[in-house]
Amino acid sequence: MKIKISIPTERIQNPIISESIIETGILINIMVANIDSTYGELIADVSDIRFDRIKRALESRGAIVSILDRPIHRDEEECVECGACISVCPMNVYAFDELWNVHVDEKKCIQCGLCIKMCPHAALKLGE
Amino acid sequence: MVKKSIHEINRKIEDGSVNVVTAEEMVAIVEDLGVEGAAKEVDVVTTGTFGAMCSSGVMLNLGHSEPPIKIQKVWFNNVEAYSGVAAVDAYLGAAQISDTRGIQYGGAHVIEDLLRGKEINVHATSYGTDCYPRKVLDTTITLEDLNEAILLNPRNAYQKYAAAINSSKRILNTYMGELLPNFGNVTYSGAGVLSPLSNDPDYETIGMGTRIFMGGAQGYVIGTGTQHSPSNGFGTLMIKGNLKEMNPDYLRAASFTGYGTTLYVGMGIPIPILNERLAATTAVRDEDITTNILDYAVGSRDKPVVRKVNYAELRSGHVQIEEKDVPTSSLSSFKKARQIASELKQWINHGEFFISVPVERLPCEGLAKPMKETQAVPLVKDVMSEFIVTIKRNQTVQDAAKKIWENSFNHLAVISDTGELVGILTAWDISKAVAANCFDSVESVMTKRVLTCAPNEPVDLAARRLDRYGVSAMPVIDTHNRVLGIITSDNISKLLARRY
Repeated sequence: MKIKISIPTERIQNPIISESIIETGILINIMVANIDSTYGELIADVSDIRFDRIKRALESRGAIVSILDRPIHRDEEECVECGACISVCPMNVYAFDELWNVHVDEKKCIQCGLCIKMCPHAALKLGE
Repeated sequence: MVKKSIHEINRKIEDGSVNVVTAEEMVAIVEDLGVEGAAKEVDVVTTGTFGAMCSSGVMLNLGHSEPPIKIQKVWFNNVEAYSGVAAVDAYLGAAQISDTRGIQYGGAHVIEDLLRGKEINVHATSYGTDCYPRKVLDTTITLEDLNEAILLNPRNAYQKYAAAINSSKRILNTYMGELLPNFGNVTYSGAGVLSPLSNDPDYETIGMGTRIFMGGAQGYVIGTGTQHSPSNGFGTLMIKGNLKEMNPDYLRAASFTGYGTTLYVGMGIPIPILNERLAATTAVRDEDITTNILDYAVGSRDKPVVRKVNYAELRSGHVQIEEKDVPTSSLSSFKKARQIASELKQWINHGEFFISVPVERLPCEGLAKPMKETQAVPLVKDVMSEFIVTIKRNQTVQDAAKKIWENSFNHLAVISDTGELVGILTAWDISKAVAANCFDSVESVMTKRVLTCAPNEPVDLAARRLDRYGVSAMPVIDTHNRVLGIITSDNISKLLARRY
């Protein structure tokens, strides 16, 4: 499953991702990482059964962990099914079905945001 | 020989016996029945397209205020319209952007908001005359309050359009959408098999006065579009229709990141099948319509062709570029194009829409010209410094410092043994090396990802790049990566000093 790890300012100096991985021995695949001196936010993939343990390890060190259920939202009213989003997505979230509707496979999304800038109709936004 | 007239077809529409198919359905019909059979069988082929058409706008008449005003400048929701036509007429272009919100909101959005019945703020100013004494006006209007709101689009329904790709190392934000670096994606526009003009490429039935589907209402072709270029397959149409009768399902505002606003226009043209020739042209398939993929990394008017492509390849989701499968994105909606073609088909079947006889045909020959420019655009090679100090990658930082000091030249081009550019070193890099107490080879302290430019690029493009990346100089290189000179912000300011 895709999870979001937020690291607040006061913890940004600590290597809490590495510590949590070493402590639990659970491997996480980091797909997006936005970290600067004030805040950190990572999107990672972790197996469903290990989620609780890694969440505990990370949260005991001050991170905030949430599951990305709907990483991307599409406004069906605004969308004109042009498919502009399809080619910019590195994870192949978007595809045409046989009737030329844009099909969204939300689970694959890593919230890179490329599609949001691409969409001419402002129909896409990142979910929480 | 099949020969039908538009009047005969209209009589069939009246008595309900007309046979209408979409341009997509026509492909299989011609395959089955042949051209002659299809021409006998089918009376009308409907087409459709729904895509970004920047050259669109609305002609509005506000009615007269009390006291009256001769509007000189006018804004709708802070988007400026042109009002140099009489007192209370204004033309609002889809691509005009908001003075306050920038490219998030533009003329196209005002048009969509009007269509959705929303209130629009109007601000107008004038110099005041004896007959129109008022100088400032502020009001709110809705579509209903206007005397006329005529969608009047100078250039719509491109027969086909070139596809876009990006060979550079950074993302480009264009009117063809987001183009990923290193040939990362291809974007295209156009309805292919359903494209109105591609189904009647000789403009045998589409002419001035042709009644069409426009934004969900009945509109008209009023002539060739601007930049009409039929000789190379890029014909265009000028169309008009009553905004008050349109439907937001078929008229949508859009904003392309980094580019601006545009209007997605839904239009469809019925093509009466008067003879075999028209049966043949309306059987056009995606694979028969070819266009070029152009490299948008080149910021000039004539972009290099990366390859030829047809719409079947584009619509398959991938095209081959240098043995790589590159994903494609459509910017126009094929689903909507289909909806338009089938809605138009229904209108005709239900006797709500009749085919019109064009009063004049459109020219089938001619090419759009580029702009005549009387001032030569200076090129990089005209302003660059040909004097450049180079240093080999394996020399020491101290050698570099000495070179900078001796030549009083702030940028050293670092080159390989074979003379290719591999990096750049500035006095600042040396200060940094000194501060860090790092005195290894030049290679370890130089900037490796160097911005460069070509000698034949316009200076404007080089200046834009310097500004964008916040650097003060770029080496000018030839196609073999050898340094020809350097262009600095100094060179550019001298150019401006000469000009003014």
